[in-house]
Amino acid sequence: MNRVISLTRSRLFWPIVTLVALLVLNVAVAPGFFSIRIQDGHLFGSVIDILRNGAPTILVALGMTLVIATRGIDLSVGAVVAISGALACTIIADSPEPGSVGTVLSAVAVSIVFSLVLGSWNGFLVSVLGIQPIIATLILMTAGRGIAMLITEGQIITVSSAPYKVIGAGYWFGLPVSIIIAAVMFAIAAVLTRKTALGLLIESVGINPEASRLAGIRSRGIIWTVYVFSAVCAAIAGLMISSNVTAADANSAGLYIEMDAILAVVIGGTSLAGGRYSLLGTLIGAFVIQTLTTTVYTVGIPAEITLVFKALVVIAVCLLQSPVVQARLHRKKPAPVAAQPTGVAA
Amino acid sequence: MTTPIVEMTEISITFPGVKALDSVSFRMFPGEVHSLMGENGAGKSTLIKALTGVYGIDSGTMTLDGEVLVINGPAQAQAAGISTVYQEVNLLPNLSVAENIMLGREPRRFGVIDWRATRKRAAELLERLHLDVDPASQLNSHSLAVQQLVAIARATDVQAKVLILDEPTSSLDADEVAELFRVIRGLKQDGVAILFVSHFLDQVYEISDRLTVLRNGALVGEYLTTDILRIELVHKMIGKEIAALDDLEAKSRTGLVEENAEKPYLEAVGVGRKGSVEPFDLSIAEGEVVGLAGLLGSGRTEVARLLTGADYADSGEISIRGVRRKLRTPRIALKERIAYSSEDRKKEGIVEDLSVRDNIVLALQADRGWFRRISRKRQDELAQSYIQALNIRPANPDALVGNLSGGNQQKVLLARWLAVAPRLLILDEPTRGIDVGAKAEIQKLVSNLADEGMSVIFISAELEEVLRLSHRIAVMRDRRKVADLPNEDITVGQIMSLIASGAEA
Repeated sequence: MNRVISLTRSRLFWPIVTLVALLVLNVAVAPGFFSIRIQDGHLFGSVIDILRNGAPTILVALGMTLVIATRGIDLSVGAVVAISGALACTIIADSPEPGSVGTVLSAVAVSIVFSLVLGSWNGFLVSVLGIQPIIATLILMTAGRGIAMLITEGQIITVSSAPYKVIGAGYWFGLPVSIIIAAVMFAIAAVLTRKTALGLLIESVGINPEASRLAGIRSRGIIWTVYVFSAVCAAIAGLMISSNVTAADANSAGLYIEMDAILAVVIGGTSLAGGRYSLLGTLIGAFVIQTLTTTVYTVGIPAEITLVFKALVVIAVCLLQSPVVQARLHRKKPAPVAAQPTGVAA
Repeated sequence: MTTPIVEMTEISITFPGVKALDSVSFRMFPGEVHSLMGENGAGKSTLIKALTGVYGIDSGTMTLDGEVLVINGPAQAQAAGISTVYQEVNLLPNLSVAENIMLGREPRRFGVIDWRATRKRAAELLERLHLDVDPASQLNSHSLAVQQLVAIARATDVQAKVLILDEPTSSLDADEVAELFRVIRGLKQDGVAILFVSHFLDQVYEISDRLTVLRNGALVGEYLTTDILRIELVHKMIGKEIAALDDLEAKSRTGLVEENAEKPYLEAVGVGRKGSVEPFDLSIAEGEVVGLAGLLGSGRTEVARLLTGADYADSGEISIRGVRRKLRTPRIALKERIAYSSEDRKKEGIVEDLSVRDNIVLALQADRGWFRRISRKRQDELAQSYIQALNIRPANPDALVGNLSGGNQQKVLLARWLAVAPRLLILDEPTRGIDVGAKAEIQKLVSNLADEGMSVIFISAELEEVLRLSHRIAVMRDRRKVADLPNEDITVGQIMSLIASGAEA
């Protein structure tokens, strides 16, 4: 019994339950949901679709997790998605050889390098000028789409480039390339934060910035780093999205992706107040959101109530994780109203 | 004898991994001051939080005025007549004094707040406590001590049958304490039962009629203050003889003879910062303990902050072993092996949501940089060794520091600074708000560290403690250093007069 209780208290418990429940619902409605078939040496199936379509959200949420862990937030990710897609597509479309690997690689490189600049801008505003993250990143969120429009000159740039198409729609070893890229970035983030001390320092800065400063932590550098990382993740997501649809649309690419990413982080159990974070939780959160989108189609929910259905699930997960409901569920102290951060036994 | 107003019978509360209260009984009579005594971690705060509804109880019963009391939350406790003033002032710094006093109980007229009546009522309450504070002024424009008294004014507004004062005096000076006691005596005459928690034995003996002693979450006993000698009380609180302090005294006296002030480890000349502290000179030799004495706000903390890069000095020079250094940030100071343990343990010390292990390795890790992570094995060794050496309880490196008691948090913080092997350790109020046992342990530690060659600047409001530990004492007054004398035949009285008048009596 005690083990059950401690299990339900785990941060990942409710996100996993939600994910499983959604998957079960899908299987119940469409028994072939889990079936994966091989076609032309590629894996096909609903689950693969979820993974493939979820890759951009996973990437953006990954960067967002670290930003949120430092008490920040990055609203500009959607704009960065649009800019990176616009930049890459424009370069490829303007080049004499859009189909050459060299052209695509240089377009990708330019996009990612430019995202470093964008991330540095956010990091500079937050860590050096001390502007509140929500305001600082709002600047790029608004201005970013304008920049993307300038790059595309207001047009939707379509590209027909086989190598570029690989990023968002290609397959390696039977798996969608976008999943592999997302997995690699996830692994990099996990190794970077947990095998080095970066994770500890990020959490420390997020929980108590002043104590961290006095302990000699260079919080400025750390905060700067997470915004740059977030921008790079968003840029790669932008490449995936534009590659998948073989077009760059400055207006709608990555629209509201910041909301999905923030939601994925929150569903994954990382608090918006900063501090302790869970990359695995974010991953599950992103899957929940993507599965939800797929479920809407499998279950055949009418288009007009799609958003309502999504909202209900999200509300349910958030409620289950709220301190008040948690306290009720376990009928245990401390009473939530008096969140006294003092020691329990002084 | 009258009947008790509060009766708590066999209360038990368990937290994950900790039995915070084990079948503890406690009672209070109307019109008495009752002191709750015990070391850090004894269960004092937990018992108070059970009574005020912050924590639910696992078993046991509580009665108020003979009726069974079931409390679900602090608001109910307050409605039942139990008011609390917590150790850390729980007010809203950016609201006015009047708003803070009346918050949630503002007089209303036609459904809207009657501000005139609000201010008037607040003024009356302040008047009753003889506090000369403008009710319309913003709370954070006042010192911590005044804020504390405002919190008490707030607590006395509700028709309190029981008033709980958790460490109300830890940041008050002697006059303010006297003022507070006058207020407490007045309330006592009105028949209010007052639960008083303080680490100052003098104050406990001065004000309280009755004592209840807790140890490790269990009840030791209830005594009339007149019936129990101090030494007995201390024994009951810590459950062992403390000869540690006596040892220390003998040792410190002999250590005094050493004179190696010719080659100072750190030398500050004309160091100051506008609006913070006037330029001062200070030198400290290897293995020397320099005490900084002075009132709250005298500049003693500011001196520490300038020497450790927490604040940047806008004048003067600091040299370390004769080489001029600019200590622009705490990071640079730490590179020079100067560690600063802030007086504000919660805001500037521990990182609450991290484990004991993470907190201990934090400064060391920051110094190594993020890339060179201290191996888990080494982290465990470090944490284990400091948990043992400093007797940190619970002895669990995975426990969240926020769940530890104040004294143990302080020890974790000390461990963090010791882990970087500092050459100069600046301790700002390391023993404030912690119990006798932990205090003795920390004092002993400081003395041992100095014997091993570490320089220590020791800041404390308790002059006895400063005198006991220091080789030399610098006195601060009105943001200025007014004296710097070797600790030879100095008395508390002499330092007091320096603090008071700036000249030796």
